[in-house]
Amino acid sequence: MPPVARVVAEEESMQGYYDANDLARFPEMGKGNKELWEKFSAYYSAVFAEGALSEREKALIALAVAHAVQCPYCIDAYSQACLERGSNIEEMTEAVHVACAIRGGASLVHGIQMRNIVGKLSM
Amino acid sequence: MSPSLIALGNPLASAAEQRCVLGSSNGIPPFGQSLRRAGLFPLAATGITALQINVGKLCNQTCRHCHVDAGPDRREIMTRETMELCLAALSRSQIPTVDITGGAPELNPHFRWLVEGVKKLGRHVIDRSNLTVLLLPSQGNLAEFLASHRVEIVASLPYYREAQTDAQRGEGVFEKSIEALQKLNRLGYGREGSGLTLNLVYNPVGAFLPPAQSGIERQFKRELEQRHGVVFDHLYAITNMPISRFLKFLLASGNYESYMEKLAHAFNPAAAAGVMCRAMLSVGWDGRLYDCDFNQMLELPVNSGLPAHIRDFDPSRLDGRTIETRNHCYGCTAGAGSSCGGATVAEASPGT
Repeated sequence: MPPVARVVAEEESMQGYYDANDLARFPEMGKGNKELWEKFSAYYSAVFAEGALSEREKALIALAVAHAVQCPYCIDAYSQACLERGSNIEEMTEAVHVACAIRGGASLVHGIQMRNIVGKLSM
Repeated sequence: MSPSLIALGNPLASAAEQRCVLGSSNGIPPFGQSLRRAGLFPLAATGITALQINVGKLCNQTCRHCHVDAGPDRREIMTRETMELCLAALSRSQIPTVDITGGAPELNPHFRWLVEGVKKLGRHVIDRSNLTVLLLPSQGNLAEFLASHRVEIVASLPYYREAQTDAQRGEGVFEKSIEALQKLNRLGYGREGSGLTLNLVYNPVGAFLPPAQSGIERQFKRELEQRHGVVFDHLYAITNMPISRFLKFLLASGNYESYMEKLAHAFNPAAAAGVMCRAMLSVGWDGRLYDCDFNQMLELPVNSGLPAHIRDFDPSRLDGRTIETRNHCYGCTAGAGSSCGGATVAEASPGT
């Protein structure tokens, strides 16, 4: 393929940073390093298996974290996962508010650092 | 209450149109191919342990996922003569269970006569009830009748919250369903030691797979008892079948392709081996024979050459018949499987 054509093809195949179809391509990450991918996959499966927390509770936690890290793939996957584990929109909305509260709280609590500095500098 | 697809003149009211849509599903292997890979093709029946009789499409509700396209405007119901043929067929066999479905089967004017006839033959009877029918003034003492005949009730309740249930089954259905469940509990249904079995059916309110059955059963038991004082025996988690009104929803909402991919991706050979059609025979309102209620609605009769009507019922020819399968069958083989009795394998969670 001529260089110009290759650039055009690449641009057409990547119109934006996020593509919903890329979620299903996640396992392609194993092509770069199979061993690490397999270790990650095994760990991931173990984390989400029924344990002291139920699969349903873990999916709600994952949904909240997905919003905290603002990952659209994770939000897509865990919105579906929550429904498929029996959660409802009210529970899922509360989980997102938990993420929101922690994110907001994390900013606000740093205000104490601001107050410490201001306090030290001020007369 | 919205009318049925047939009353709306929707093309999907036609079984042929539904088969055409399902046959052109892109991106998924034909169901027969998945069966072949699992060593199950052609799928064969293993006997008949349940005769499922669909006594008609008349219903007092028009649920958005209904695979029958049932509703108050439907007039197809089983006659007393056809019911007599069903009883005659039963008397020539040892089939232990009769599973009566619809529509709302209780609205068939001969429903109670059929129940009494089956009980006289000493067979177990299941009534697939939408619950709200139990409160209709025209159905006086229906719950008491079911209790006195020890009829097992399998009742639809897609979720333990009002918003989700009403979104699928119609405004006000949840409240009435709870009232009906409380009435059944007062009669002893769902209470340990009563011998009156009350099972509920969960199905997803949307284009997603059901949760693991044991987990959602625990949620239902906790929520229904705490909020409404309702108890029941078991919860069956059933997958929505991509036919009729649910197919219409999938197409209209742009979820059809992804839902079919999800079902096919979740194909489970163990679930396929345990599908209910292998152990049942389905009778249509007009007496025709099918492998299951879903095939009945898609007008896919039992294989040609076999007895096609209940009047010709011959267990020796139907017991080991080859099951008619199409792509909608993925609905029964996804994840932990789905049948009229819920999951068909011990436990599995849908993948993400």
